[in-house]
Parts: sequence; C-alpha cells; structure tokens
Amino acid sequence: MDGIIDKTHGAGGSATAELIRDIFREAFSNDYLEPLSDSAVLPPADGKKIAFTTDSYVVKPVFFPGGDIGRLAVCGTVNDLLMSGAVPAYITAGYILEEGLDIQDLKKIVCSMADTARESGVKIVTGDTKVVEPADPGEPGLMINTSGIGFVDISTDISPANIRPGDAVLVSGCLGDHHAAILGSRMSIKNNILSDAAPLVCMVSGLIGSGICIHAMRDITRGGLATILNEFSSSSGLHIRIEETAIPVSEEVRGFCGILGLDPLYMGNEGKCVFVLPEEDQDKALDIIRRSPYGEKAEVIGKVTSDPADVTMRTAIGGVKIVSPLYGEGLPRIC
Amino acid sequence: MRSCALWKSYRSGVMKLSDAAEYLKEYKGRELRLMEVCGTHTAGIVQNGIPSMLSERIRLISGPGCPVCVTVTEYIDRLIALSHEPGNVIVSFGDLLRVPGSAGSLNQARAQGADIRFVYSPSEMLTFAKKDRYRTFIFAAVGFETTAPVFASMLSQAEEEGIDNIRLLTSLKTMPKAIRRVSDGIDGFLAPGHVAVIAGTDAYKRLSEELGVPFVVSGFTGKELTAALYALVRLAGKEEAGFLNLYPRAVKSGGNGKARAAVRSFFEAGDAAWRGMGLIQGSGLYLREKYIKYDAGSRNLDMDRNVKGCRCSEVITGKCDPGDCPLFFTKCTPEHPVGACMVSQEGACFNCMKNRI
Ligand code: SF4
Repeated sequence: MDGIIDKTHGAGGSATAELIRDIFREAFSNDYLEPLSDSAVLPPADGKKIAFTTDSYVVKPVFFPGGDIGRLAVCGTVNDLLMSGAVPAYITAGYILEEGLDIQDLKKIVCSMADTARESGVKIVTGDTKVVEPADPGEPGLMINTSGIGFVDISTDISPANIRPGDAVLVSGCLGDHHAAILGSRMSIKNNILSDAAPLVCMVSGLIGSGICIHAMRDITRGGLATILNEFSSSSGLHIRIEETAIPVSEEVRGFCGILGLDPLYMGNEGKCVFVLPEEDQDKALDIIRRSPYGEKAEVIGKVTSDPADVTMRTAIGGVKIVSPLYGEGLPRIC
Repeated sequence: MRSCALWKSYRSGVMKLSDAAEYLKEYKGRELRLMEVCGTHTAGIVQNGIPSMLSERIRLISGPGCPVCVTVTEYIDRLIALSHEPGNVIVSFGDLLRVPGSAGSLNQARAQGADIRFVYSPSEMLTFAKKDRYRTFIFAAVGFETTAPVFASMLSQAEEEGIDNIRLLTSLKTMPKAIRRVSDGIDGFLAPGHVAVIAGTDAYKRLSEELGVPFVVSGFTGKELTAALYALVRLAGKEEAGFLNLYPRAVKSGGNGKARAAVRSFFEAGDAAWRGMGLIQGSGLYLREKYIKYDAGSRNLDMDRNVKGCRCSEVITGKCDPGDCPLFFTKCTPEHPVGACMVSQEGACFNCMKNRI
C-alpha cells in the first residue's frame, strides 16, 4: 500500500478496511485483535488487580533521533503501567491521521509500535483510525492515543505515602536525553543526542521480583525529576536531599543545556525512572538496575530525611538550593 | 593596584574555589549591596545555590539585565494589536508570550486565534517566511547588545535572499546607561558577561571610574561566579573602585568588532523606555532609515502601565526585594504572573520564587 492518507481512509469504507488489513493487522497480528470486532475480549484477570491507563502522543517531528512517535506511544503507556507495579499486558492504539501523511511513514511508525510492543511483552488488541485536516499542510503528521491494561499482585502497594526517612533515591540513567533530542531536531541542531524512549519492563520486574520493597517509583517524563521529587516530598511530608554531582547527565546533554539555558532536572525522558526504596536495599537495587537494559548509568542521587517537607540539592560548588517543581510551561511539547 | 593582585592570583590558580567560598561565608566587613546586572547571572546564582554561601553582610540585588523584565507594556500591546491584523504572524522567544501587557498577553491572543509562534532562534522565522510568502512574519526582537547581532545577521540573510515578508518589532536596549540609572546605593557590580563579549569592557571601566565602585566581569558557571563575587567583595569591602575581567576566555576589551559592525550597519541608537526606569536617552537600538521597510513600528512605544500594587519598577531598580511586593506569591505566581519579572527565567521575582529566598 502506497501513496498518502486522504479522507477516504477515515470514512469507514473500503479504503479504511484496506488500511487496517495492510498496515495495522499485518503489524500487530494476535488472537485478540484477529476477529477485528468492535471490542477485544480478553481473558479473566486471575485474581489480580487491574491497572488501567491512557495517554496521547502529539510529538513533532514524528521521527526523531533515537525513536519515533510509535515507539514513544507504546513506551509511555507500558512505563505508566509499570510504575503502579503492574505487569503490562494489553494496549489499544487510536490514530488521528492528518490528510497528506505518507503511508510509508505510517507503516514505519506502526512497525515500530509492533516492535516495541513485542519488546515489552504486550499485545496491541484493538484500535481506531480517524483522518483530519492537517494543522500545518507543509508537514502532515499524526497523533496516537494508547490505553493499556496491566495486572498487579494483590499484595503490591507502591505509593509515595510509603516513603520513610532514610530511604535512598535512585535514578535509572542520564536525565534529559529525550527532551534534548526533540528540541535538537526541532531546531535542526546537529549532535549525537538520541531519545531514550524505552520500555522499562525488565528493570522494574527485576526489582519487584527480587523482593525489594519499592516505596515509590515514577517515570521521569514532563516536568522532569524536580517535579516528581516535589510530589514525593509533599505526599510523604518528608525532606528529599539530592547531590548535584551524583545526578547522571551525559556530556552532550549538559553541553546542549548550557547553550540553551535549560536545566536537566526539569527535562523529560521517556525511558528513565526514579525509585525510592529502603537504604539497606540500595546496593542490591542499583546492581539489578544497572544490569537491566537501559539501566547501565543508574545512580543513587540522594536520601529522604525527616526534615520539613521540601526538596534541596547540594550543588557542585557546595551551595545548597531549593529544588522547586517546574513552574510555567516554556518548553515545547515533547511527547 | 589591588585589582591587579587579585587578577594575578586568579590567573595563577592561587585563588582556590574553597578559599573564595570560605571568604564569602566568613566575610565580616562593611555591609555590601552588590548588583548582578545580567539576568543570566541571576539565574546562575540561584542555580548554584550561591545565596546560601554568602555572609549575611553581603546582599545580592538583581539588576535590569533581564530583557523581558524591562519591556514596557505598550510594546506588548503593540505586538498583540499586530497579531490580530489579518495576514500577520508573530514570532517570539518563549518567555515573552506570557508577559502581561495592559490588557492580556500574547498567549491569550494566541488562544483567541492569532498566529503566534515561539522559536529558539530568529533564523527559524526566515524558514517560515520562505515557505509562506503571502503572510508577514513579525519577530518580537527583544534583547540587549548580545541579541542585536543575531537580528543583524538575520536581516543580512533576508537582504541577500530577497525575503521581504519579514518585520521586526524591536525593543533592543544597551546596558551602560541603565546601570548608571540604578547605581544609587550599590557598592559594586557583577558586570554582564554576555554583553561584554560583544560590546567590550571599556564602557564598564569608565563607569567604574565615574561611579567610584568596582566592576567585575564574570562568566556563568558556579566557579566563575564565586571567583567574581570574591573579587568584588574584596574590592567593595575596602571601598575601592577598580575593574576586573574574570571572563577573559570570552571577553576582550574591544568586544567583538565584527558583531558590533553588523549591528551598526542595521541599527542606530535612540531613546528607549525601560520598565520601571522611564525613558533613558540613547539606550535603545532602532532600525536605520535605510532598512525601515523591516520595521513594524518600534519607535515611541514608551507607555508603561503597572497593575495596582505591583512593585516591579522597584524590584528592577534594586530598591525593594521581590518579597516586599504585596502581590508576590499571592496574586503573582509563575503560573499567573502579574509582572514581567515573574515570567522570565531570568527575572528577579521568578528566581526568588524558585529559591524561596
Ligand atoms: S511579585 Fe509580581 S507584581 Fe510583584 S514585583 Fe514581582 S513581578 Fe511585579
């Protein structure tokens, strides 16, 4: 199937059927999708709790260094499920295609979704397609919504309310990569920064499976690490102190941020998360994270204390500053 | 001269960061009010936690070097009016979109349907303009000596390629005269490093002699800022004037001649209104007659309306702290800014809020 997307592809007639057959069904094929009926009928949950999430992806450009909107749409939802302690199982895919989109580009994006779903161990079980006029006729794109279902053990309880004084704070790798990759490509800046969009299934299931009691975890997306730590601090009523020198940021992202006046603490990733867990488990956890895919650069970056709720950072030159949540917007959308 | 000895110890590496930091923390001399002129310095100081490293006798005051903060409301109003004219597209750096004019901000105009785009580099506007020749793209050209060359180079590219559907609404300003305006009660200045890269240091040497207070040009890293503050406190503590360039890797005394020549060829000096400071003669840059076809009506945008209770003018001139403003963190927050100093990442109120100092 070639050419570009036009209104007929969203009209529900033969062009829609062709699109579904040749692009989506071909890439995603599985038993639940196959009947192509109005809804996917899934097996019973087996005594587990069900985690259910949804997110929409509108990033431009749709292809960027290190990934594309399709990989992002699967990783985002898979990681959201993981963060509640769920094992991701099924996701849906809703497409809003802009007229003029190259069908080969759509195919690439759909294949990338299929690959990422396979890597994450999830099935794409149902979907929808609509066609709209392009916002910018010079650059027709697409938007994707994914919803996901995962299963959580009855005993699992991961919540910032469980954070205790003395807990260690870990991040799974370098901050800011996705954000910098998107900004860089929007601004046509040549560098080697790649988006870190990745599903963290092995890392998180490895930690949970090892019996480590994770008190809180969150994937570091919009708002950055600073905003998440502030949420952790206010929901637990505890103080979080981090060390600037321990926070992993690649040399290239650091340079990029320096030029644009950006702060990696406020930048989004799509394949990094922050964990808060008991200090006695910190070394074991660090080892598990570093040995899982996408976790080689993990570090312990700080500690929870019983001081009044706030987030502070000891800076590289020995000052102390308050780390506030992200204020305002300022930056373009990155997911 | 004292400043020479300081400079030598810095160059030879004798002045260690830890020594400088200890001196600043333990300083017991006369009370000092030091002004960092440049908004990027304000942000760097907060970023590095420097206020926590200073003796109580040292107070840092943010100066008028945040371009968005010193933009008057009439300029914003004019941009908004232009944005509603059919066929116009406004292009701007991000921060400006949220700055309140006398009735609303560019963001609000955008929500009402105006085509307003936010870019990181003015050259992106040329790409838009080439793609869409039937619309006029107007850049909100706000900035100081540092930003002016970027606009000059954009215009020279437009000239070369014959791109005629671009305009600038300029609010470009030059620094030295504004520093003189706010110098009352200030014991020393961290001179704006970026500005000095382009404009050179001669003007600051002269100002230092004229005002009888020290000026130290600083870089932007935590170490550079600490070293510069150390030097400034050493000089100001002894009430010595003096000029030091502690950013020599980037700043030459004559500045960047090429960039200055480019600016001179497109722009000429004129009077400019600064928010909170009024009209300062010859402190603005405007397109020359020869290039007036690129101007979107930038002259005489002098009116400045402050919201009742807002103390932006005093904050910008160092006469009060953000915390003294009754609207600070009550009515005026980064999400709902009342004054420009709460909008910009370089603004005094935003940074004060961020560090809750
Ligand atoms: S708090 Fe807001 S209103 Fe008050 S001086 Fe600062 S910016 Fe102006």
